Amino acid sequence: MASMGEFMPIVILLGVAALVCAAMVTLSWVLGPKKVTPYKASPYECGVEPSGTARERFPIKFYLVAMLFILFDIEVVFLWSWLTVFKNPGMGSPETDLAFQWFSFCAVMVYMVLWIIGDAYVLRVNALAWDEAPEIHEAKFGAPEAPAATPIPDAALQPAGGGK
Amino acid sequence: MVQEWLQGLPPFWLGLIRVLLLVLPILILVPGLIWWERRLLSWMQDRIGPNRTGTLNVPRWFPIKSWRGKKLRTFGLLQPIADGVKLFLKEDITPDAVDRKLYFIAPAIALFPAFALGGVLPFGPWLSDNPATAGFYALLTPVANVDIGILYVLAISSLGVYGVVLAGYASNNKYSLLGGLRASAQLISYELAMGVSLACIVMASGSLKMTEMVRSQEGPLWGVVPWIQNWFLFTPYGLISAVVFLICMVAETNRAPFDLPEAENEIIAGYHTEYSSMKFAVFFMGEYAAMFIFGGIFATVFLGGYNLLPVNWLAIGDSVPALSGVMGFMDRLNYALAPLWFLGKCAGGITFYVWLRATLPRLRYDQLMSLGWKSLLPLAVANFIIVAIWIMGTAKWGVAGGWIAWAGASLLAVLLYLQVMSTYKSGFPDMQRRKVVLTDGIPNAPVGAGAD
Repeated sequence: MASMGEFMPIVILLGVAALVCAAMVTLSWVLGPKKVTPYKASPYECGVEPSGTARERFPIKFYLVAMLFILFDIEVVFLWSWLTVFKNPGMGSPETDLAFQWFSFCAVMVYMVLWIIGDAYVLRVNALAWDEAPEIHEAKFGAPEAPAATPIPDAALQPAGGGK
Repeated sequence: MVQEWLQGLPPFWLGLIRVLLLVLPILILVPGLIWWERRLLSWMQDRIGPNRTGTLNVPRWFPIKSWRGKKLRTFGLLQPIADGVKLFLKEDITPDAVDRKLYFIAPAIALFPAFALGGVLPFGPWLSDNPATAGFYALLTPVANVDIGILYVLAISSLGVYGVVLAGYASNNKYSLLGGLRASAQLISYELAMGVSLACIVMASGSLKMTEMVRSQEGPLWGVVPWIQNWFLFTPYGLISAVVFLICMVAETNRAPFDLPEAENEIIAGYHTEYSSMKFAVFFMGEYAAMFIFGGIFATVFLGGYNLLPVNWLAIGDSVPALSGVMGFMDRLNYALAPLWFLGKCAGGITFYVWLRATLPRLRYDQLMSLGWKSLLPLAVANFIIVAIWIMGTAKWGVAGGWIAWAGASLLAVLLYLQVMSTYKSGFPDMQRRKVVLTDGIPNAPVGAGAD
């Protein structure tokens, strides 16, 4: 019933889409003028002289999110095959249907309990906190020394000029 | 006769016609969408917006006398097209420091999934699952009515992250890199909740096929009221899924209030800071096409697809014989103009996007991440478990048993969710320090200066 022939229009769609995208990108390359100057060709940094490369280290949080995504997403992917058969298993008779539903339901509930434990753990250790996770640092490395209060003098808060 | 001609075509040409019927409307509609967004946003902000471009003075030699010297107005509809022509003719700057190959193809990769996304979206009705008896629209739409339906949508929509990340990385610009990183973390975070919220609907409808999902919404409301269609938006689990999906779909298309990858007050233009000319505009084309298609997906999954109103016209005609003539006509009207109703729902989706943009301020990044991971994902998972319990209860104890199981499970899920959230908050004492605290008249004095 379902054959690869069903996907043929999708392949055509992907081809046409790729063609349109390539045309869009290439046309502007072909049509526009080209007058390269050193300033145009430098990276944009608000008009200030660009400083160094952008290929630098970036926060580990992004890796952490990506790793958690892969874990949780795969847990969801495992469910997809079950989703379509759960409501109407079509096992032959109503009794076998119900038996299958009951068994698979229990199995998935156990799976979801594990899922929830995992999620609660991730939340508990502040793996997704995007500001500092203070108590982890405090537990492992001792509480950071609180900076001494440095009251700003009133004069510093006055506007520099243009006031009444 | 059109139907016979189409049926006689070889599969390749029929496929090509379907593809063109999807791609050409998107290409034609995108300028219209941009115009609609700009006009609507202007009205919401008490401005007028682009209303001049395209006004044509009818020349003196025009054959129809009464039209000569008059003005033909298009209310600024040609503005986006004029912008597009201008952008094509602008200089395409490639900065020296970029990774040339990736920089060149990144906009194309960003636009590609927006077109491919509509591949399984039915713009018109399928009367049955068999293409031979499914009626006229089954020949023209969707591009391919494949069994994996909604899974294809999820797979293609997750490709969208590549274009953005590659653009950000290839540009070798600090703002671009930050925008690309933000985009990648945001898109994958919201994809999770989106997948789970769709899983609830798949479980309830029992199929991944888009046409099948629409048809499962044409049944009687809650299995009880025969005159009203059972759109998933009207069911309790469907409403939760719809809210989660709606938020995720705004985040997936990088639109306000989730447009942090291009937050101009922080990182200039984010991942497309270094892009100019049409390459710059291609990112926006992809964004608008994706908005349009996502509106269509929302309509298909939650709003009864191509049906005008959630009404089973023929069922009303059966109950009230006096109205059977009118109801029969309404049913045929509903069928004949189905693509129009569907486009209307897509336009409604776009309007919703613009409304959001005009109403809500941009989120902070940690707020964005907590919304995705700590609110939407647990909500979607709780909903998933509730739907499973509901279906199990219905199978074991009948309809009433299913609803009782549903109510009990909902209560339990709410309690569990509150428990998890309080656990999360108790491990987070530092949140209190973010409040504005006055110490001797100084706002937000350094921590430890008495604010704690």
